Amino acid sequence: MTRDSLTRRTVTRRTTIRRDGTRRTMNRHSLTRQAGKIALSALGVLIALVWAFPVYWMLVSAVTPNARLRAVTPTFFPDHFTTRSFARLLGSGSSFWPALRMSLTVTSVAVVVVLVCAFFGALAVSRFQFRGRKGFILSVLFIQMLPAEGLFIAQYRLLANAGMLNRVGGIAILYAAAIIPFTVWMLRGFVAGVPAELEEAAMVDGLTRTQAFRRVTLPLLAPGLVASGVYAFLQAWNEFTIALVALPANSSNTLPLWLRGFMTASVARGVDWAQVMAASTLITVPVIILFLVVHHHMTAGVVSGAVKG
Amino acid sequence: MVVGFGYPVVWQFVTSFQEFGLAQQFGQPPVFTGLRNYVGVFTEGRALAVLARSIIFCLVNSSLIMVLGFGIAQVMRAVYGPVRVVLQVSMVLAWATPVITSVTIFRWLFDNRTGLVNWVLRQVGVSPPHGGAWLSSVGTFFVVATVVVTWMSVPFVALSLYSALTQVDTDCVDAARIDGAGSAQITRHIILPSIRPVLTIVVLLQLVWNLRVFAQIRLLQDAGAPVSQTDLLGNFIFDLGMGRNDFGGSAAVSVLVLVVTTILTAPYVRRMMRDDAP
Repeated sequence: MTRDSLTRRTVTRRTTIRRDGTRRTMNRHSLTRQAGKIALSALGVLIALVWAFPVYWMLVSAVTPNARLRAVTPTFFPDHFTTRSFARLLGSGSSFWPALRMSLTVTSVAVVVVLVCAFFGALAVSRFQFRGRKGFILSVLFIQMLPAEGLFIAQYRLLANAGMLNRVGGIAILYAAAIIPFTVWMLRGFVAGVPAELEEAAMVDGLTRTQAFRRVTLPLLAPGLVASGVYAFLQAWNEFTIALVALPANSSNTLPLWLRGFMTASVARGVDWAQVMAASTLITVPVIILFLVVHHHMTAGVVSGAVKG
Repeated sequence: MVVGFGYPVVWQFVTSFQEFGLAQQFGQPPVFTGLRNYVGVFTEGRALAVLARSIIFCLVNSSLIMVLGFGIAQVMRAVYGPVRVVLQVSMVLAWATPVITSVTIFRWLFDNRTGLVNWVLRQVGVSPPHGGAWLSSVGTFFVVATVVVTWMSVPFVALSLYSALTQVDTDCVDAARIDGAGSAQITRHIILPSIRPVLTIVVLLQLVWNLRVFAQIRLLQDAGAPVSQTDLLGNFIFDLGMGRNDFGGSAAVSVLVLVVTTILTAPYVRRMMRDDAP
């Protein structure tokens, strides 16, 4: 941000000298630049509106009575505000709560496993030179390329043989396995950002290796760990396809499966869009809040993972 | 990782060369059949259609996403601070939305009776295709699928490229401008080369992800689309394996997907490994 404004200032103050020697004074130049900037800003706002609209539409539909949604003219503003859809979803005997509990358990187990494994993996890849380091990085990419749908059957059989179908442990392991490669990738950028010399300096000052690691490196890695943790959380929370295979029983639905079941059940008698949108809101809002808080760490992680290490 | 991936991958590869049907599920040892699964899948004709459809879908979506993403990243850089924040927040909103919710929202937007899209089209005097039933016909089904996938994927590209663009040396850009370079030239010769590492990885991920779009297609099919004509590779594999219990055929197609992905991404992978060399 600061860097941006700094350059902007230097650019606008400079008088441009063109190759043929004519001088253009700043005034006209900056005027056209201003106009361009305003036009682009308008475009930017428009793009923002287009991209945010579906989410807005979900929220509005969730608090509008279904009868209004079936009317010929759409409801653009929540002027018939009601929370009835939510009340019916969350009311007694609703299948939302078991699904929420399932989602939370699976997700937290997966996040813990992912963080521990990815942390040591990233440490190994970026701190130590070893044979096969390049191969490891390639295999991380390779795993991203595998058609996950093809693995389902194998994964299904694996779980079935181990008696882990419909169990938290089984699906959490599959999630962890699916997420770890990418988090290693993200974290290695962060680890590479902490110079090893810092740790060495702490050791010269009398700390043991473990102490140096705990007091110097770990705090510096905290943002990276948070970003990876959030990434893992989102992946596990939003995951739909593996859950479809590994959790065949209705009693062990995670939230995405719950939403789909809810939707399919209502197709036959004309979809109750107000309720479906309320259900979508319940799943989405926690994720969006979490994401808004940490998103810049995440892009930073992906990008630095790509260039450093 | 070894348990979650190693075993399935090896199993996959071995099975693709075996006869593996229901009988084997009940304990009979699989029979080695060489390439017959591959031959079987390909002579059926359907596999080739699915393959072609997937590749087209992947290329169209990836290019669309890259162009829009790069454009939006450039816009983000050029606008006033507050506008940039608004833009970023809206991108994050779309990015954070779970797949299942995005598809559900778009099904509601494209709903044949009371969907917003049909209403808007009628308002401006255009009659919507197929009487508004977008998802029941193949062509419009893929229009909706492309809209969903693009909406979901652009934010990641735009935000990654934006953070890469902020690293571009502005002195260099200014110098080029003073030397009389137009903005097209600046983009081509200065900006693109400086963000190349990030650009490579983003393109790579897009190709990989768009070739195996599964959940979006499957969830849209729930609305009553002709399944056999809208399947992409992921869905095809799933149907073969889970639906028809033809694990051998399904494994053969999976290996094929891997090969196609490798071919599509090879230039980018090679470039990335070169950039990454210590």
